[in-house]
Amino acid sequence: MEAIESSGQRNRSALEIRISKRRKDGFELDLEFAAPDGITIVFGASGAGKTTLLDCIAGLTAPDAGCIAIAGAPVFDSALRLDVPVQSRRVGYVFQDLALFPHLRVEQNVGYGLSGTDREERKRRVEKILDSMEILPLRDRKPEQLSGGERQRVALARALVTEPSILLLDEPLAALDLPVRMKIAEDLRRSIQNLPIPVLYVTHSRDEVFVLGERMVVIERGKLIAQGTPHEVLTAPRGETVAQLAGFENIFDAQVTAIHEERGTMTCRVGSARFESSQVEIETPLVKAVPGTKLRVGISAGDVLLATSAPVGLSARNILEGKLVSMWQRDMIVVAQVDCGVQMFVHLTLAARDSLALKPGRQVWLIVKTHSCHLLGS
Amino acid sequence: MDWQSFWLTIRLAVWVTLILLVIGIPFAYAIAFSRWRWKFLVEALVGLPIVLPPTVLGLYVLIALGQRSPLGRFWISLTGQPLVFTFTGLVIGSVIYSLPFAVQPLASSFSSVDSRLLAASAVLGVSKLRTFFRVVLPLSISGVVTATALTFAHTMGEFGVVLMVGGNIPGVTRTLSIDIYDQVQDLNYSAANSTALALVVIAFVLLSVVYSFNRSLWRTFPRGQSF
Repeated sequence: MEAIESSGQRNRSALEIRISKRRKDGFELDLEFAAPDGITIVFGASGAGKTTLLDCIAGLTAPDAGCIAIAGAPVFDSALRLDVPVQSRRVGYVFQDLALFPHLRVEQNVGYGLSGTDREERKRRVEKILDSMEILPLRDRKPEQLSGGERQRVALARALVTEPSILLLDEPLAALDLPVRMKIAEDLRRSIQNLPIPVLYVTHSRDEVFVLGERMVVIERGKLIAQGTPHEVLTAPRGETVAQLAGFENIFDAQVTAIHEERGTMTCRVGSARFESSQVEIETPLVKAVPGTKLRVGISAGDVLLATSAPVGLSARNILEGKLVSMWQRDMIVVAQVDCGVQMFVHLTLAARDSLALKPGRQVWLIVKTHSCHLLGS
Repeated sequence: MDWQSFWLTIRLAVWVTLILLVIGIPFAYAIAFSRWRWKFLVEALVGLPIVLPPTVLGLYVLIALGQRSPLGRFWISLTGQPLVFTFTGLVIGSVIYSLPFAVQPLASSFSSVDSRLLAASAVLGVSKLRTFFRVVLPLSISGVVTATALTFAHTMGEFGVVLMVGGNIPGVTRTLSIDIYDQVQDLNYSAANSTALALVVIAFVLLSVVYSFNRSLWRTFPRGQSF
């Protein structure tokens, strides 16, 4: 558990976990990590073992071996044959399908976990949390009468009202339509970011990572493959796998330098942590921002064109001159690393590499369409 | 129609239904949620009355309740009355005979409750027993209605077990189906017809209640919609 001792000074033992579990279908989960208070994103593709991890923490399923401690208190330890029953673990768990009780009104759903407290106290706490989530007017509705976003808030309120010592969120936005998802992600962040407990937020959406994440762990086929800030993870040496997972091989810190409202675009200066002083500017789609706003830009390596002479007469707005640093082959794709003031990865076909006679050191031009620049929020 | 037999039959069906709801619910819960590997044997045992001839069942119940059996002797020492050829004996035989008609609808509606709701309840610190009364049972109303109606209707119409265990004592064990049998033996077809028609009407009304209730339930909680 050294990892957490060095990074989480405030509460080093918020969540400590070291588990292995073999499922009946042969899938093996083998994880060790620690999470301090605040949001930790658990990122991974479907079937990576994310839900199994949450179920182990909640006590809905038991690992074969290992130990789990929440707020310093062990809840599972195979060596000590300790397995605290799920009802006593004080875990807040928002399920992927939310699992609201369909026969109970909003108020009853939220008060469900408070059955031990007296009526007046329960009423007060339920009203308080409904109010803070701005869903008090919905108190008498049934779940079927709520919108996706409202249901999501009810589920969160139901989990938080019991004052859990850890909050687990299993792809809580997956059931929502894309247009409202980012807005609700933003609301969600406001509700949970200052909780004095660890929050594990499971997702496979890269957009949610950037809206919510301060810290993340990346899981692939039951194993932890990276952890750190989203930026560290996505630029780490193992970044290629991670970036594949994230969908963007190129992620840059960016700052808006000019807004072109009439054209629906804006100009951003991009750089990574290592290239603070970069002067590279690119044109991106317009989002709600002012000059100086900091955001991140993600560009998929497959969306970048590479030319060996300065292109003319193109519709693409971003043409970056640079030098080919290195090239390697992965399956049927050639990955080219280009230094054009920032490091950029480009995917080429084998045929393109051969016909262009590319060699490291060669001068190249990269072409990126405005709409291939995805803004990821700050 | 013989009203004495009619009310006796109703009284029997009410008792059997009440008893079966009380013992059928824990039975069904165990069948729906237990992970015991030999569970299928219990399920097969509960289902036996559906496939066995009522005379076979009646014979064993008769032997089990008879004056030579430990149970029969115990009952006599307790009450001074034998169990066989009494209303109580009839109730016991009918409970066994109608057991699957209560347990199976209950078990299938219990096990169709979304397991994530049970997980949500457990995570919120609520015990399994409370979860049953606050989540499983309220979401299984259709199963309870089906079990009640089927048990009631099935008990009203039983014949073989009643004849074996209860005999044919007016006001004590003579039910409507025995009445019909007697009337046919006496070649009194019009009386048999009116009694039989009464049974048909009651059964039809009960089944209509079940199906209309289940349909309106599906309208309130549409299938395929996730909560």
